[in-house]
Amino acid sequence: MSVELLNFFETFLNGLMAGVMYSLVALGFVLIFKASGIFNFAQGVMALFAALTLVGFMTGQVPFSHLINAIFGTELHNWGAGLPAFLAILLTMVVMVALAFLIEKLVLKHLVNQEPIILFMATIGLAYFLEGLGDLMWGSDVKTLDVGLPSGGSFWWEDVTRTWAAQGAEYYGMYIDLLDVSAALIAVVLVIALSLFSQYTATGRALRAVADDHQAALSVGISLRRIWVIVWSIAGFVALVAGIMWGSKSGVQFSLSLIALKALPVLILGGFTSIPGAIVGGLIIGVGEKLAEAYIGPMVGGAIENWFAYVLALAFLLFRPQGLFGDRIIERI
Amino acid sequence: MLQKASDNENGSEKAGEPPLLEVNNIEVIYNHVILVLKGVSLTVPKGGIVSILGANGAGKTTTLKAISNLLRAERGEVTKGNIKFQGDEIQDLSSAELVKRGCIQVMEGRHCFGHLSIEENLLTGAYTRGDGRGAIAADLEMVYNYFPRLKVRRKSQAGYTSGGEQQMCAIGRALMSRPSTILLDEPSMGLAPQLVEEIFGIVQDLNSKEGVSFLLAEQNTNIALRYATYGYILESGRVVMDGEAKALRENEDVKEFYLGVGGEGRKSFRDVKHYKRRKRWLA
Repeated sequence: MSVELLNFFETFLNGLMAGVMYSLVALGFVLIFKASGIFNFAQGVMALFAALTLVGFMTGQVPFSHLINAIFGTELHNWGAGLPAFLAILLTMVVMVALAFLIEKLVLKHLVNQEPIILFMATIGLAYFLEGLGDLMWGSDVKTLDVGLPSGGSFWWEDVTRTWAAQGAEYYGMYIDLLDVSAALIAVVLVIALSLFSQYTATGRALRAVADDHQAALSVGISLRRIWVIVWSIAGFVALVAGIMWGSKSGVQFSLSLIALKALPVLILGGFTSIPGAIVGGLIIGVGEKLAEAYIGPMVGGAIENWFAYVLALAFLLFRPQGLFGDRIIERI
Repeated sequence: MLQKASDNENGSEKAGEPPLLEVNNIEVIYNHVILVLKGVSLTVPKGGIVSILGANGAGKTTTLKAISNLLRAERGEVTKGNIKFQGDEIQDLSSAELVKRGCIQVMEGRHCFGHLSIEENLLTGAYTRGDGRGAIAADLEMVYNYFPRLKVRRKSQAGYTSGGEQQMCAIGRALMSRPSTILLDEPSMGLAPQLVEEIFGIVQDLNSKEGVSFLLAEQNTNIALRYATYGYILESGRVVMDGEAKALRENEDVKEFYLGVGGEGRKSFRDVKHYKRRKRWLA
């Protein structure tokens, strides 16, 4: 194979990997949107909050330490050496479930039967609140997160691909980040698990029923409040996974919450109501971005990566507003 | 037999046994300001088919929703009176709790879950049950026996089925919760007369064979009074008349207002309207 072709493949592959990371975030949006018709603006911040909490548990930070120290004049910062990754992840999940419960209790319960736009506004408020809470609890410094996932380039893949190049060509093999590979595997497992759950369990069926018709769901005795707690817990779990991946990749910092903006074009492409759509949309955006950067970028001076996704989304809005896999709107006449 | 609502206490209640469902003088207000029901009382005896009749906006649906407690989701509340089901006051129970106790509503306009298959729709009805897969599967067969057409369409998305099939699906879904009482709202809406007849026939079967009591709200007075045992007529949030279905069917005013046949033969449309205006019970 020629070096150009191999370079193309490398870009493509890395695009897929980047796409998986976007998909992870988009997944959380889809779950909540499907079940409650709410576009959850706070999904990105939830990922940040989950990552912050996880790091806090792993490093043994005292939550609210700045606040406590300021009020009581103490010098608390750490309560110990911290927890092993597995235990910390478990505890963070407990925190995310508690958060889901509180969100239902304090926000959603009071907004039953309100316009979607009002619920959307509420999630914007939630986003800012959570960002502030994360800051207050764990401090605003950039933290590193290492839960023991492999990272760095794969030498094995480099060695394998080096032999693909034509004889005598100057080629050093493809680069692939192991962290991205594990993210992809985790995303696959997550999507399969979620699909099985929503297709084959009574709770999953109830979730889809609520997504279709709140009133009818109420009338057959499905408790909306319980369903919402479940949905937000699952979204919290997905946010935790996304937070771990993004946090391991680029450090746990407050700009992490901005990945939510990257999920938007993914959703528009894949459809707001489709779990496979979130994955495929993410992959298309990831690949599109990287290829555009590599091949169109040099012609216009680069930095296409930052806006390419949005242009793609705009084109989709014009020609297929429900996205690739979005629910067809069933209308009886 | 026929009485005005004001001096009526109970319909066909047998002495001693408490009625299955009892609504006592309830008042319902939407959004804190809109008074919709102004003192409605009614009784559903065990094993009865009771129908609430009346025109658009009379308060039929609101009465049913007050009982099933779907009102709260629409910002309505019962401000006066009480509702008793099997002897217990239920107005503070959630719909889910009420379904568990055996009282379920089939909403107006079917409200099937469009993206779920017919079978999945039926299974959501069993959501509150905890008696195992075997019992639920047996009930699914029972529903398919009553509605063979649903068995044929079991794998289709409910959104793509016909109006009649959706109505059957909605009733079947309610049956899956093993109810003792079904609140049935406008089963005839938007259906061909033949289908309406078929659905009411099944309602009667369910009543006699499965012992399910029905409280149904209908605009189609004619068919409702043929299948019901007792009827209440609602007008602007009040019960204006009630009685045995047979007596109501033969009542001159009911014939005039709701069945469209006057005592003295046909009148011109203008006369009818005038007569109606003059003789409305509440104006």
